[in-house]
Amino acid sequence: MHPAFSVLFFTTATGAGYGLLALLGLLGGFGLIPADFWLGLVGMALALGLIAAGLLSSTGHLGRPERAWRAFSQWRSSWLSREGVASVATFIPAGLFGIGWVLLGDSGGWVAVAGLLAAAGAVTTVCTTGMIYASLKPIAQWHSRYTLPAYLIFACMTGSVLLNALLQGFAVGSTVVVTGATLATLAGWAWKLATWRYNDRLKIPTTANTATGLAGGTVRSIEWPHTEENYLLKEMGFRIARKHSAKLRRITQVLAFAVPAILLAVAFASQWPFAAIASALAAISQLIGMLVERWLFFAEAKHTVTLYYGR
Amino acid sequence: MTCLPGHTEKKLGLVIDLDTCVGCQACVTACKEWNTGGHMAPLTDIDPYGGHVDGVWFNRVHAYEHTTEMGGRTVNFPRSCLHCEQPACVTVCPTGASYKRASDGIVLVDEDKCIGCKLCSWACPYGAREFDTDVGVMKKCTLCVDRIYNDNLAEDDRVPACVAACPTSARHFGDLGDPASAISQLVTNRGGVDLMPELGYKPTNKYLLPRARTERAANVDAPALEPIKAEGGFLGWIDRMLSN
Repeated sequence: MHPAFSVLFFTTATGAGYGLLALLGLLGGFGLIPADFWLGLVGMALALGLIAAGLLSSTGHLGRPERAWRAFSQWRSSWLSREGVASVATFIPAGLFGIGWVLLGDSGGWVAVAGLLAAAGAVTTVCTTGMIYASLKPIAQWHSRYTLPAYLIFACMTGSVLLNALLQGFAVGSTVVVTGATLATLAGWAWKLATWRYNDRLKIPTTANTATGLAGGTVRSIEWPHTEENYLLKEMGFRIARKHSAKLRRITQVLAFAVPAILLAVAFASQWPFAAIASALAAISQLIGMLVERWLFFAEAKHTVTLYYGR
Repeated sequence: MTCLPGHTEKKLGLVIDLDTCVGCQACVTACKEWNTGGHMAPLTDIDPYGGHVDGVWFNRVHAYEHTTEMGGRTVNFPRSCLHCEQPACVTVCPTGASYKRASDGIVLVDEDKCIGCKLCSWACPYGAREFDTDVGVMKKCTLCVDRIYNDNLAEDDRVPACVAACPTSARHFGDLGDPASAISQLVTNRGGVDLMPELGYKPTNKYLLPRARTERAANVDAPALEPIKAEGGFLGWIDRMLSN
């Protein structure tokens, strides 16, 4: 599958944004993070900014973005429509939570309820994003039980690493949050390794034989219907060399998991401002690493239409 | 609404005979010619005379070499929308632009509602949908809805353009939901198959596989030629002399 940058940025940014929003909503709403105006403002601006930027970016790959409002209508059948509805609906409790926690400096009571609802909306939205990919049968690497948990784990991971950077930046870092972010990063690493292992051993039942109905023997494409690459090959026939794939998997592991885990350990063991610098670098490295991960998620996904072209 | 109809009154579709298809591309050309002025018009071509030709086509003919223990054979393979009973291209559509008609089962796109998110083309395992980069919307085979119900055409011509054009009658059109229809009988008699049945899309269109090959040559069973009668006269004398 062709890795369109607007979609890579959208899924990475909204994953991190919703992860951070959910954690702020839960921890802030119940008073586990101090209701400090500047901390709250920067935190909510970061979370909602990432979400809004991601959603705007996602309209970048539309052929007719001016009609995007229509995408809220088919929530009964379409995961993409459900994602649209959930993402916009989440802004309501998130906004109320922001007013209560940041502007009024409150926690508990209705602010906790708003925070809880914002967190629920964030989790729901990430689930709908994951299901868009997990529900596509023609792409075996996506239509697997690894896809939905991956989106949830990565949102939790990037969100908690961002939250840690935020708290460390305001010199109110907590060992619980650093530990949680480290554990989430390690969990993300383990899940990605398990996913790659599963995909590499995947036995896909759909072959050139079932695609053409010609049973038995081998089916070899000897002539395409067209001489140049068409929409199908540009969009779904994207291929990545195996050696590049191996190299990019190593880059993903270093930037998204290994470097952040080491920097979080440094943050755990050091004081402000070193802990803050290490935490910020961990978040930046992880987000860049996750963009590479998302690029591979698309590049390594094989659509059944490529079978018709002998690819 | 992109929810699927529980039942369609008819299941209009095509049956494609891979045994008789010669890969002449007449169906491809006829389809393009009709549809670039039809329901989903235009079928945009990008850089048609340049080095990077691209464009929207509803019907594409591949060629394969199918090799079994019986040997190899070339199979021409037309590929177009199969108007599935379980079209995920419809259910994934966020805007309601894609729909399956309850009356005849034809899968269509309302170009005025399409936002060009391309998700339907990802959801189609058969590559039936092609994005029009010029107009910014998705396009697909309409089963020539603007021909098959068209009162302005002679009754014989009320079939999809690809069916009308096929010189070897490899393409058949009809109601696959009616077991008594000629097209359903053809599928039964020839053992028509679904493409990628394991994915569960339940395609309406069926493919008829190449007939089994026979080991012997055609049995003409004509009587042996009669012996040539001896020629008389001068030429007969020469013939006899030269034959000695």
